Amino acid sequence: MSLLEEMNQKATAQGIPLSAHLDITWRCNERCVHCYLDHDGKDEMSTAEIKDVIRQLAECGTFFLSISGGEPLLRRDCFEILEYARELRFNVKLKTNAVMIGAKEAARLKQLGIEQVQISIYSDRPEIHDAITKLPGSLRRSLEAIRHLKAQGVKVSITNVLMKQNVTSGKAVQQLAKELDVAFVIDPTITPMLNGDRSILNLGISAKELEEVFRTEEFVGNVGEYCAPVSTVDDNVLDGYSCSAGHTLAYIAPNGDVFPCVQFPMPCGSLREKTFREIWWRSEALTELRTIQVRDLPTCSQCGHAAYCTRCPGLAYMEGSMRGPSSSDCAKSEARTGIPSAWQTSQRTAPSNLIQIMLA
Amino acid sequence: MTKSTAIAARVLGDETIIMSTVDSTIFMLNPTGTVIWEAADGNTSLSRIVEERVCAEFDVDLEQASADAKEFVDELAVHGILVVSDKPVSQ
Repeated sequence: MSLLEEMNQKATAQGIPLSAHLDITWRCNERCVHCYLDHDGKDEMSTAEIKDVIRQLAECGTFFLSISGGEPLLRRDCFEILEYARELRFNVKLKTNAVMIGAKEAARLKQLGIEQVQISIYSDRPEIHDAITKLPGSLRRSLEAIRHLKAQGVKVSITNVLMKQNVTSGKAVQQLAKELDVAFVIDPTITPMLNGDRSILNLGISAKELEEVFRTEEFVGNVGEYCAPVSTVDDNVLDGYSCSAGHTLAYIAPNGDVFPCVQFPMPCGSLREKTFREIWWRSEALTELRTIQVRDLPTCSQCGHAAYCTRCPGLAYMEGSMRGPSSSDCAKSEARTGIPSAWQTSQRTAPSNLIQIMLA
Repeated sequence: MTKSTAIAARVLGDETIIMSTVDSTIFMLNPTGTVIWEAADGNTSLSRIVEERVCAEFDVDLEQASADAKEFVDELAVHGILVVSDKPVSQ
């Protein structure tokens, strides 16, 4: 077991929120077509409020802190917030579109000891990337920023979110990442908007395209291994939890509302009314979430994919129940293995309408 | 000796997780290491930390504890986690 796994296991056992994702604003200078946020800037926490939240997180044992948005650098106090987080010895990652990062900002991020800067790049072609972000010149500016960051020795990771508009861009962006000497992550998941609007899911790639992604060696490594079905669903699997959301991970919105994860909009409390410690330990929503093991999931516990499924309880919650299936993860399991999930099978074998003839 | 600024660190119970921001190396300190880590304030000498904290809190003799503590501090210093000096160091 690696040190990180050991640390996660201990944090889970002790109920420590080892990781936190803090959006300091939802305002953004891009308007990405697939974004799950509205870009309302009202009710944002002040600098003092955010620093107090960060202090509380440190007291509760949080070690990994992702500062994100919206575009976090739109806040004039972004560097003050980052500096404070580093003073409290957090491992800080910054999620940004990077269009506001020049040589000076890159040098400051290096000086602060930011662990990694994560930047979304949708294509190596400006006409595709800029059409997704709706900000002309955004690809050029993001790539310039990456070069500034690399020149300073800051670690950078490119995330390539796949959707209909850029479905064939994956390999070219991966090559670009190689040339820039930065990490590369491909993500075929489009999530519903936090306000419940599911219309952006139409932007997601098709099942056939997803299958192609999962059968591309450059993306997944050993395809045979990655796509092999794992049939053993034993007590270890059934006693497990879907993910770290609400167990060792918390999400904090710009207005101080707390959720289990950025992709899990189940309200747990407001930091304007309660302390983080009170919410983390006493929220009824979090307490209930922590009781749910795989064996408590009515459909998924019966599914042959349970051992390796990436089931997201937040997406399931947005589909109606945090104990239910997440259809996009069912689609991923099927794309990987060619075997439909228990939920997909139940949907496809629903009996056709029966006509009952009553005889007098 | 004092803590480097080029690290991320958190005390979790009686253990400490430390990650170097230079090379992302991770260290997990056991309870004894955690005591030394927490006491590394730039003013207190290692010998005093061992005598007043380690020997007081753990069942260990001074000679053995001093040797182990020196080895521990040297290793963290090699990785840039602790800054060691003969004189007091500001944090």
